[in-house]
Amino acid sequence: MAVNGSGNGGAPAVNGRAYPLEDHTYDVIVVGAGGAGLRAVVGCSEAGLRTACLTKVFPTRSHTVAAQGGISAALGNMGPDDWRWHMYDTVKGSDWLGDQDAIEYLCRNAAAAVYELEHWGVPFSRTEEGKIYQRPFGGMTTNYGQGIAQRTCAAADRTGHAMLHTLYGAALKHSAEFLVEYFVLDLIMDDEGRCRGIVALNMDDGTLHRFRAQMTILATGGYGRAYLSCTGAHTQTGDGNAMVLRAGLPLQDMEFVQFHPTGIYGSGCLITEGSRGEGGYLVNSEGERFMERYAPSAKDLASRDVVSRAMTIEIREGRGVGKSKDHIFLHLDHLDPKILAERLPGISESAKIFAGVDVTKEPIPVLPTVHYNMGGIATNYHGEALTKQGGNPDHIVPGLMALGEAACVSVHGANRLGSNSLIDLVVFGRAAALRCAELLEPGATQANLPKDAGDAALARLDRFRNASGSTPTAELRSRMQRVMQNNCAVFRTGEVLNEGVKLIDEVLAGAADVKVSDRSLIWNTDLIETLEFDNLIAQAVVTMNSAANRQESRGAHAREDFPERDDKQWMKHTLAWLDPQTRKVSIDYRPVHTYTMTNDVSYIEPKARVY
Amino acid sequence: MVEFTLPKNSRVTDGKVWPKPEGATNTREFRVYRWNPDDGKNPQVDTFTVDLDDCGPMVLDALIWIKNKIDPTLTFRRSCREGICGSCAMNIDGVNTLACTKDMGEVKGAVKVNPLPHQPVAKDLVPDLTNFFAQHALVQPWLQTETVAPEKEWPQSREDREKLDGLYECILCACCSTSCPEYWWNPDRYLGPAALLHAYRWVIDSRDEATGERLDQLEDPFRLFRCVTILNCSKACPKGLNPAKAIAELKKLMVERQKT
Repeated sequence: MAVNGSGNGGAPAVNGRAYPLEDHTYDVIVVGAGGAGLRAVVGCSEAGLRTACLTKVFPTRSHTVAAQGGISAALGNMGPDDWRWHMYDTVKGSDWLGDQDAIEYLCRNAAAAVYELEHWGVPFSRTEEGKIYQRPFGGMTTNYGQGIAQRTCAAADRTGHAMLHTLYGAALKHSAEFLVEYFVLDLIMDDEGRCRGIVALNMDDGTLHRFRAQMTILATGGYGRAYLSCTGAHTQTGDGNAMVLRAGLPLQDMEFVQFHPTGIYGSGCLITEGSRGEGGYLVNSEGERFMERYAPSAKDLASRDVVSRAMTIEIREGRGVGKSKDHIFLHLDHLDPKILAERLPGISESAKIFAGVDVTKEPIPVLPTVHYNMGGIATNYHGEALTKQGGNPDHIVPGLMALGEAACVSVHGANRLGSNSLIDLVVFGRAAALRCAELLEPGATQANLPKDAGDAALARLDRFRNASGSTPTAELRSRMQRVMQNNCAVFRTGEVLNEGVKLIDEVLAGAADVKVSDRSLIWNTDLIETLEFDNLIAQAVVTMNSAANRQESRGAHAREDFPERDDKQWMKHTLAWLDPQTRKVSIDYRPVHTYTMTNDVSYIEPKARVY
Repeated sequence: MVEFTLPKNSRVTDGKVWPKPEGATNTREFRVYRWNPDDGKNPQVDTFTVDLDDCGPMVLDALIWIKNKIDPTLTFRRSCREGICGSCAMNIDGVNTLACTKDMGEVKGAVKVNPLPHQPVAKDLVPDLTNFFAQHALVQPWLQTETVAPEKEWPQSREDREKLDGLYECILCACCSTSCPEYWWNPDRYLGPAALLHAYRWVIDSRDEATGERLDQLEDPFRLFRCVTILNCSKACPKGLNPAKAIAELKKLMVERQKT
């Protein structure tokens, strides 16, 4: 293969250098190998579509692996349950920002999706009758809010791990093609706005690849690492979201960032909500179970946004625990050690390692920690990416789909319920594959790529690879993370957010001075982290602007200057574009789908959200 | 007696001693293996001094601190930082483990960090685990059944489900297999403890109906029987699993079915 500067068969030249590109054609390209990506890969493979899955980490390293508590589905193994109750809870959890047609699709297909996982081998915990064990989880109720549901199917507290490994096995069974440790640089879009494929870097040998596909599916996860403290992995940088922004498409509802009530104080490692589902509770410095005041009926099992706000208020009012009174205690020490060992072994281990705590004897120090992005790439319930175009708020972007945390279907609206993310992955992963089977013809001839396809991606790669400013990537990243942590947190005000907009713009401007030290193309993690930072900062800017723009409180977006939900003005999805040249944000809206998918269930009217 | 010497280009040399962080009083020395595929040089061991007052407690925290503050070219895998993804497996102070859950306070003296042993190195602390993953795939890690699937879940008693505990938790970090001398000598023929633990996980699953075929796959002088119970695997496992026991159980099943 030709190297820089030498003849290379007409590959695009950039800054006087040339990067040879290897061309590939597939029916479907899936980017990301977490739960959603793998489920789509299995489905597309089953449909006879030639499918490749590109992933920047080996599939079982994807962050689905860290999901703990479980996957929601109204199986009714522990008592009466109904998918309509699950739908009601999800709509209420979303604070009425979720699209009810999509929520219906999710909840009514949930049980089949869980049985499918079980048939593929997920080692679910079991009831005495040998059925899948289900535990209570925040916001999950029976009979439209009357009682507490046990709806969250669990494999101890390692459900995501069990699921991801099983899904990877299912993909192996179908001889799916994996391109592991390939870092996808950008989408290839044509003049008509169709996505035609992607450009990727093989981190292992430094080769560059251009993939042409009938359908490109982004399953690239969230962008928790825009914040200083998050439960998510280092790799959680929302690369797909940023590709969509660079393609001139909007991201939806980015102001809605979920803080998980129980990240371990200090390290931010996750302690599952299932710990409260199994009977754990939070206390302040006075030893009070304060959630009884904030959510008299659901108490510690209120929705995550509610619990995180209550904890923040307790700390702010001087009732935090510890030397600096800046965190809260989670008690599990009253639970039977046998139950802890059987149902919560993973977090018992995490608490020991990261907090030095023996959960059978002492409380765990915890703090609300960034956990999940409700926002992302707007899609319908088939996974097809949407934008607003020519007055049509549901215009489908041809050739592009998005799934999982990268997507905003929107089933989670303004606040996701615990255990609804894992079910989102497999239900919509399957839905996307079904849609591909319906739309695509295996092996169909594809038009040639535009002549300059991939040039912009290579130019960007080359610019960062040779970046010789004076600010290392780590320094820029840390500045961004501090701004997001300080100015876009659990409680927000116009003043703090407007300052945040200014500060994050300064970080963005400072990024022009980035310094990359490693010039290699082989396993250049300095370069990869820089590309990831560039992805993160775009999302951070969009998030801050979207948050400053929404003048109401809804779900995870709590404005102290606008404490009420305002359905008249704000029951709509935010769409935010980032101009690739000026890097300025522009905002528009899509209406929330105030209708269901079928007549089996009627639209759930908005009402006050009390737990 | 045969004498082994490393090929010339594999001999590890002394590397760069990086300047100490200015003003730091509470420090720790790290000796880190470096190899760059681009420069044609031998591997070397660099010495870094980490400011503990500016760094978290784990070895991974220190590596990230070094990458952020001293040398951005230092290369290693990491992701979840909580011991569940298996990315940051490496050899620390002579033992294979996860950098993210290894408290540097447990190490005496300078912290020595090397890639997982006996794997091709891609760069610095990044091993090429292609063979390891291929062996995992070889045991067909998915549920195999003949019976028509029920409409709901396959029933499984709590006792049968309990048999999977200590097996399903494997994170494929490769600490066990790459600590095994038998695996070092026969990586192409012996499956190694991780793949065998997975094989046993499916053999023992009450829902699986391919036990015979799975055991047939292991009828071979090397694949399973190359294990000579050195037990490094069980000592190394950062998740506290016992691959050696799983291997022993497989051997017992093989013998039992020969008797009938």
